[in-house]
Amino acid sequence: MRPTDISAPGYFHKVVDCQWACPAHTPVPEYIRLIAAGRYSDAYMINWESNVFPGILGRTCDRPCEPACRRVRVEKEPVAICRLKRVAADYKDDIRGRLPKPAARKNGKRIALVGGGPASLTVARDLAPLGYECVIFDQDPRAGGMIRTQIPRFRLPESIIDEECGYILDLGVEFVGGRRIDSLKALLAEKFDAIFVGSGAPRGRDLDIPGRTEAAKNIHIGIDWLSNVSFGHINKIGKRVIVLGGGNTAMDCCRSSRRLGGDDVKVIVRSGFEEMKASPWEKEDAMHEGIPIFNYMVPKAFEHDNGRLTGVTFEKVKAERDEKGRRKLVPTGEPDETVPCDDVLVAVGQENSFPWIERDIGIEFDQWDMPKVDTTTMQCTRPGVFFGGDAAFGPKNIIWAVAHGHEAAVSIDRYCNGEPIEVRPAPAVELISQKMGIHEWSYDNDITQDKRYRVPLREQKIALADIKAEVELGFDPQLALAETQRCLNCDVQTVFTSSLCIECDACVDICPMDCITFTQNGDEADLRTRLTAPAKNPTQDLYVANDLKTGRVMVKDEDVCLHCGLCAERCPTGAWDMQKFFLEMTYAGEACRSSA
Amino acid sequence: MTYIVKPKFHHPSLPVNELGFTHRDYEGSISTLCAGCGHDAISAAIIQACFELNLPPHRVAKLSGIGCSSKTPTYFLGSSHGFNSVHGRMPSVLTGANLANRDLIYLGVSGDGDTASIGLGQFAHAIRRGVNMVYIVENNGVYGLTKGQFSATADRGSKSKRGVMNNDNSVDLVAMALQVGASFVARSFSGDKAQLVPLIKAAIEHKGAAFIDCISPCVAFNNHPGSTKSFDYVREHNEAVNRLDFMAPRAPIHVDYKPGELEIVEQHDGSKLALRKLHADYDPHDKLGAMTYLQERAHAGEIVTGLLYVEPEADDLHDHLNTVEHPLNELNEKELCPGAGTLAKINASLR
Repeated sequence: MRPTDISAPGYFHKVVDCQWACPAHTPVPEYIRLIAAGRYSDAYMINWESNVFPGILGRTCDRPCEPACRRVRVEKEPVAICRLKRVAADYKDDIRGRLPKPAARKNGKRIALVGGGPASLTVARDLAPLGYECVIFDQDPRAGGMIRTQIPRFRLPESIIDEECGYILDLGVEFVGGRRIDSLKALLAEKFDAIFVGSGAPRGRDLDIPGRTEAAKNIHIGIDWLSNVSFGHINKIGKRVIVLGGGNTAMDCCRSSRRLGGDDVKVIVRSGFEEMKASPWEKEDAMHEGIPIFNYMVPKAFEHDNGRLTGVTFEKVKAERDEKGRRKLVPTGEPDETVPCDDVLVAVGQENSFPWIERDIGIEFDQWDMPKVDTTTMQCTRPGVFFGGDAAFGPKNIIWAVAHGHEAAVSIDRYCNGEPIEVRPAPAVELISQKMGIHEWSYDNDITQDKRYRVPLREQKIALADIKAEVELGFDPQLALAETQRCLNCDVQTVFTSSLCIECDACVDICPMDCITFTQNGDEADLRTRLTAPAKNPTQDLYVANDLKTGRVMVKDEDVCLHCGLCAERCPTGAWDMQKFFLEMTYAGEACRSSA
Repeated sequence: MTYIVKPKFHHPSLPVNELGFTHRDYEGSISTLCAGCGHDAISAAIIQACFELNLPPHRVAKLSGIGCSSKTPTYFLGSSHGFNSVHGRMPSVLTGANLANRDLIYLGVSGDGDTASIGLGQFAHAIRRGVNMVYIVENNGVYGLTKGQFSATADRGSKSKRGVMNNDNSVDLVAMALQVGASFVARSFSGDKAQLVPLIKAAIEHKGAAFIDCISPCVAFNNHPGSTKSFDYVREHNEAVNRLDFMAPRAPIHVDYKPGELEIVEQHDGSKLALRKLHADYDPHDKLGAMTYLQERAHAGEIVTGLLYVEPEADDLHDHLNTVEHPLNELNEKELCPGAGTLAKINASLR
């Protein structure tokens, strides 16, 4: 193998699995250490710069970081990264003095943002302090988009939404609530310098099976129903409720129903329990509230009597693989089952819908009627019009919307400065030795064996009685401290310098995970089998260094390295060093421009 | 040395041996020796050898004297018996323990000071008597604990870290071991575990006095230009006479060498040593030839390593003394006090 180029910014970034998996590349271990030190405000600000909504995401994020967490490969359960983020938000001081100030002088550029959700708010946050005049249009009276309309209050209190949307609006962003944009052509005529579309995926998919129209009164589209609940238009539901669908919206629907009079709430999904789209923890939360999940049942018809819904009939199916290995649902042959109910919530998916974008204004749409958007620049085929969040590539989640927003803001800033937007600024990377003394490091390298700590919950009787009572109480500072200790500090990198190595084997012998091998070089597939412990995870890199005196190479399998620093402590010559990797993303502003 | 405890987590696909142990189960507490010490690599080799031999840790007794090397038994086989003796007196304690309980595996760990200076007589006599043991000398040529004075194995003409020349002659422990009758003699290097681990395994399975002289650079006081026990010097002057593969009893032998290149030596317990010859005329069964060869190469400045001599069907001290077959703690009253009839017979035989 060729020696690893550790100067490439991506190499060590990839080792920080959580940060690599996070669409916004939040420096997770860095803020976890700050929480451990009780520096909640500092931890919050690191988050705020990167993901804009720490308090909101600390409760609702889809947490792509957690399945990626190295702790999963070493032990089993990931560090509770998401809930630690909430700790930073819960215990911070007043940080308003640390936020950017509204621009003292406007730069004369006007940006229209369609939709007031996380994507648009991120763009506005990045651009407003630079002097851009940002105008957000939303059909709802208040900012937040799906954060406000679709996420139930028992998961995310309104005060948190107000606080974090407020930080952005206070930057001098103009929010035009209650104005729905019905024509992009008309908006273009208003002569904005750039337009950002962050209008989400606002249409809930319907289920067109017999009985749908007859029983319409008791059949509700999930996201519309949640939004009506959120705005207080709906405050009760029948005693027996069936939720159709297996995504996170379905989980929000069933748990909301439990709080609005549904005593007997069931979730029924077409495919298997394991295949459900909902995050495992959301399924767990629903089942914890006494909501059973039935699987392999395909809805066939809504049963009704005199315009009143009486139940839903399901066909029983099983999963089989066809000759091409594709998974298919086939009937089991058992008799259909009718499940009685008073109300049905349909949460079988969301769709984009752009009836308000004229098709003759230079914006091309693809075969699925989605605008063609560049995945890097977020620009569509008409220059100066950018997309982000669910509006860009279909339903994803808040953290993806934030990531899109940052990228779109960079594009808009370059676009408005007359620079090509295809040229993307590289992130800045810092590597700093953490050595403080012979056996002292500036990070806590002692590895705890502790299992993941559970977040305390509100007593269920009280939680189910009030739809606004937040269920999770969050970690207290003691629990938070204990959980922070589970972080392996993957950003503190093992950096090897061949010219200093005397090949004494001390690092090989001490490594608790058998990560390090000195051997003859070979190609990667061969090397992976010849290491002290076989490197069976091809998604994790091998770190290879050559130019050793014996002609061998040093190979380190990054897969299960604990970043305990013992290799560096046992190294007599300092050939191993523990260096902290810090990735500074380039956001909109002078740093992202070529002319700066 | 290190302050934190080595984390208990281990690699998810770490192999287990026939007893269900991983090599981590053969570790001891964390080493307090200097970072990079050759002795730690030897400890790791002992751990690997015991893991591969499927040794139940409680069947091993590790004994040592005083010095950096003699501290190391703390850092491997944490579940085995251990005895840290007076300086240079490990061979006597080991001999006594072996006489009392012949069923344990005896691992004597010593250094060049403990063996070639204060314990030279003890060393010679334990070997001479053929005590069934593995005697490993972790040989770095200096007194590391007292800041790097030359030891008795430092080569004449080599230089100390401060540049002082050694004018005394050195004790060649391999030559002595051969001369006083060790039935298994090897030399190796802490920086070459591929060579060292099979040698330790073969020595453990050998019946009789097995001696391994393992050169182990002292990174603090003897790893500089002018030293003859530094990583660089040993790597440059290392002349391996053979490569050993150790095979457990009943293990199939895979021979993929040309005729004449490979020799299979069967030991008394059925274990096999597959010796790949690197020097065509070197014969590890010819003691006289070996001694001559070693002297010649040493004179030429080479460090000869490998399995230097083996007598596969050796006797041990218990054979010489005609002792009982069982450990003394297993003998019961009937065997210890065989009665008046037996006493009368003995008396009659002496009349």
